[in-house]
Amino acid sequence: MLAFTLKRLGLAVVVAITVSVLAFLLLRISGDTATALAGEGARVEDIENIRRLYGLDRPLMVQYLDWLGKMLRGDFGQSLYFKSDVTALVFDKLPTTLWLAVFSLLFALAISVPLGVLAAVHPNSWVDRLCLLLAVCGQALPNFFFALVLIMVFAVMLQALPVSGSNTWAHFVLPTITLGYYVAPAFMRLVRAGMIDVLASDYIRTARAKGLSGPSIILKHALRNALVPIVALTVVQLGFLLGGSVVIETVFALDGLGYLAYQSISHQDLPVTQAVVTLVSFFYVGLTLAADLLNAWLDPRIRVG
Amino acid sequence: MSDLVAVPLIDAPGTLPRTLLRRRVLAHKGLLIGVGLLTLATFIALLAPLIAPHDPYAQDLAHRLIPPIWQEKGAWAHVLGTDNLGRDYLSRVLYGARISLLIGLAVMVISGLIGTILGLTAGYFGGRIDMAITFITTVRLAMPVILVALAVVATIGSSLLVVILVLGLLRWDRFAIVIRAATQQVRALDYVTAAQATGASTLRIIFGECFPNILPQLVVIATVEAANAILLEAALSFLGLGIQPPLPSWGLMIAEAKQYMFFSFWLIAIPGTALALLVFAINMVGDGIRDVTAPAGRM
Repeated sequence: MLAFTLKRLGLAVVVAITVSVLAFLLLRISGDTATALAGEGARVEDIENIRRLYGLDRPLMVQYLDWLGKMLRGDFGQSLYFKSDVTALVFDKLPTTLWLAVFSLLFALAISVPLGVLAAVHPNSWVDRLCLLLAVCGQALPNFFFALVLIMVFAVMLQALPVSGSNTWAHFVLPTITLGYYVAPAFMRLVRAGMIDVLASDYIRTARAKGLSGPSIILKHALRNALVPIVALTVVQLGFLLGGSVVIETVFALDGLGYLAYQSISHQDLPVTQAVVTLVSFFYVGLTLAADLLNAWLDPRIRVG
Repeated sequence: MSDLVAVPLIDAPGTLPRTLLRRRVLAHKGLLIGVGLLTLATFIALLAPLIAPHDPYAQDLAHRLIPPIWQEKGAWAHVLGTDNLGRDYLSRVLYGARISLLIGLAVMVISGLIGTILGLTAGYFGGRIDMAITFITTVRLAMPVILVALAVVATIGSSLLVVILVLGLLRWDRFAIVIRAATQQVRALDYVTAAQATGASTLRIIFGECFPNILPQLVVIATVEAANAILLEAALSFLGLGIQPPLPSWGLMIAEAKQYMFFSFWLIAIPGTALALLVFAINMVGDGIRDVTAPAGRM
């Protein structure tokens, strides 16, 4: 397990470094930073001054190492639009996005595990059809459109929930449903497929032969094994949600990392954009590493093979 | 999830594979619905200039926000009403199909080419090449697509071409992963060994022996990715960093109508439904192809 862990850890570090290089280059190459900093209608001399002031006339390699060194010390520079320290800004918004991601995952699991199990136990029944319908709709509905429909129904027509903002827990309900429903189909498919496989296996037949009752077999013996891949998917989805919540946070004006990213991108606030893209990538790398290790720990066949 | 095959197919032994496939296609309701809707969308996109009742860009400020025909104040002159600039909504929705289908197709081709070449190479050669390509894929997966796309599109400046290129260059990961796994499986089969023994060139084996046998899987991912590209473009346009006005992108139409949705909900409901139907149709086609080409049922 130790050798496996070290190998995976090394790979994760290399991936993280490569991602940081790419994130840096992509954002630098796709536009002229000095022009963006100077704003519209700036004079050529001003742009040149800014270029020198921010060290943008140095070779890209030097700039990257400078940025990386500062970042490792927790310094992401100053925000141009928010006029404050980027690190403080990002960590101020991070909890909102983390809560949203965790709530969404819990919501997704709460609907997909029971439905997936029922669908697997009764294939081609009405429950199975309902799952299929939910999954098909979840994959076809654009999530921002679904969000607007929810706002219309629950906030405008029923007046039960707030339209937008992030002051109370009630503000999290609609974004949670939107994002949770968006990731639920993947879980539902995985639970159903896993349960069908497990239910057909020898040890379940043995358990049945021993005379164990139906629910006991399904919950104690089958579900426990079918949930192994779910654990890994949950961890990976958490990483995906940190980056994927930008659309939903913007629709609901939920003041998290995604909304911050959207604001920084639309105001050409490069230091913030760069920090968010890099941090979200790092989170993803860390979480996939965690998922790999968790999987190997739960299923010894992986670390040997 | 379960397929939509209504009747289990019992085939007399010795039925030709082609006959069998045709029978399975015709028995698959989901596939038929998907193909039907997708064909309709394609016709709408191709014939938009002929069937659209008005110019989708023509503004008429005297006739703003006319409701669609099923509402009280609706009129036959504008079946789906008009938007906040008095443009005919039906015409805009019809023209919007062109943008969505073009995005889906173009992104699918670009990402499909990159992903398939990477996946075939990694799966066939294995070893260090495989390690390198797997590493590139891992790095790509670590980058949040929507954030990177938004940031790059915002700095380069958004246009249809930029959106297509950015999405195409970002979304090849699933192609690479699935094609790599499929190639590894096919590569171990006897007919590949036989081709190698007869001295066929590597390119010939990859494209003549491996490729045709992973084609069904490729088609399935291609449909999923086309659907994803359409949804991503809609999301980018909705956030104002995708297709730019006055083009009638469905995502952009929803964004433009957002501030009127409390009183004129149909303004977002119509393009939203159009998007959902198109994505639903493409997903149905993908699921259907997966079901009818699955080897398990080919016995």
